[in-house]
Amino acid sequence: MSIVQFENVSKIYKSGDHELRALDHVDFALDEGKFVVILGPSGAGKSTLLNLLGGLDSPSEGKITVSGADISKLTDNELADYRASTVGFVFQFYNLIPTLTVFENVKLVSEISKNALDAKEMIAKVGLSDHLNNFPAELSGGEQQRISIARALCKNPKILLCDEPTGALDSETGVMVLKLLLEMARNYGKTIVIVTHNQNIAKMADEVIRVKNGKIREVIEQENPLSADEVEW
Amino acid sequence: MTFWQITVFLLNGFKLSCLIFCVTLLVGIPLGLPIAFCSMSRFKPLRTVSKVFVWIIRGVPLMLQIFIIYYVPGLVFNHQIFAQVDKFFFLNYGIEDAGRIFAVLIAFSINYACYFSEIYRGGIESISQGQYEAGQVLGMTRRQIFFRVVLLQVVKRIVPPMSNEIITLIKDTALANCITVAEVIWQAKKLAATQALIWPLFYTGVFYLLFVGGLTILLGRLEKKLAYFKS
Repeated sequence: MSIVQFENVSKIYKSGDHELRALDHVDFALDEGKFVVILGPSGAGKSTLLNLLGGLDSPSEGKITVSGADISKLTDNELADYRASTVGFVFQFYNLIPTLTVFENVKLVSEISKNALDAKEMIAKVGLSDHLNNFPAELSGGEQQRISIARALCKNPKILLCDEPTGALDSETGVMVLKLLLEMARNYGKTIVIVTHNQNIAKMADEVIRVKNGKIREVIEQENPLSADEVEW
Repeated sequence: MTFWQITVFLLNGFKLSCLIFCVTLLVGIPLGLPIAFCSMSRFKPLRTVSKVFVWIIRGVPLMLQIFIIYYVPGLVFNHQIFAQVDKFFFLNYGIEDAGRIFAVLIAFSINYACYFSEIYRGGIESISQGQYEAGQVLGMTRRQIFFRVVLLQVVKRIVPPMSNEIITLIKDTALANCITVAEVIWQAKKLAATQALIWPLFYTGVFYLLFVGGLTILLGRLEKKLAYFKS
């Protein structure tokens, strides 16, 4: 059953009298529990796609359905609710809150989301229980990304969205983070969407969606995706 | 007059300098925030009004602003509000110059609020977009993002420029003597006029120096207190 459905979705950015069509009549569906990679070069519209799916932005045209609910015409507050309950985010540059400790960063989620999981447990799952009271700046990049994974999953979202999650990491750390990301997503039965320009990450996916110039070029189902250990770059 | 008597005489003036300093901060620091928000508003007319206002306040000497606030109500509206406040406080409480001090406080508070607002704006705009996104994806409202994610980071970034302004403020209080408010330099000038003593005028520098010294230590401590996180 598909958890996400894009129907004829376009996103147009206007600046002055200049129009930029970041997404151009996009149609696709994502199945529940799958690991999907959205692949494409910079400026292809990947991030726009992710922002729409994550409820950070609304489409100019078309309809987006997530677990049966139309999210394309929600008000700002309804979108905030949607983000609080349905989607978890992992960013390229982690975006942890520097004024809060590791524990507080993850705990913040449970103050906003209703069905949040236990913060301490999530931090333990990413193997950073020893760093509960550290500030983000005291951790390495890989550790910060692991915390941001804990934060994203603590919300207990249906879908986990990752924007170049290994983009700021060296390849070894990147593989470790990916492995953790996949393990966690699978254990908790989450649909996971990774946006990247890295072909190697795509080899691990159940499904690869190739994007170029705001359009979907092809959708590839992969029968035998590689495991994280078999991938390097 | 003995050295001690002169010190006490000047100290009486410096109390007034400190009063102007404290009230300006108490009013100016919070008042700067709505001005900063107006300057960043997505609603263009509001933004324009705010920016023009800040331009005028920052573009005209503070001394002139004190004159304007003090004299204009009487000249234009024929309503000498500050003189009336003077009279009221003198007759009821025996306090001198209350109206003039009031005018000075208004001028200082508005002037400094405008300077502060620009520091706030710079601080707020320097916070990376990623922090707003982080708040958004947690499902926070704009208000929650500002108060729970952004504010403390802004505070840390604006401590050094704010320290600068705060140190300037105590020295600017001397401008109050343009409408004969008896702050410390006015007191020293009084001594020059009545006792033929010029050295107390130079001696006032010690008061400012000590005050700024204390202030520097306090602000330094605040900076250290906020050093626990990097942003």
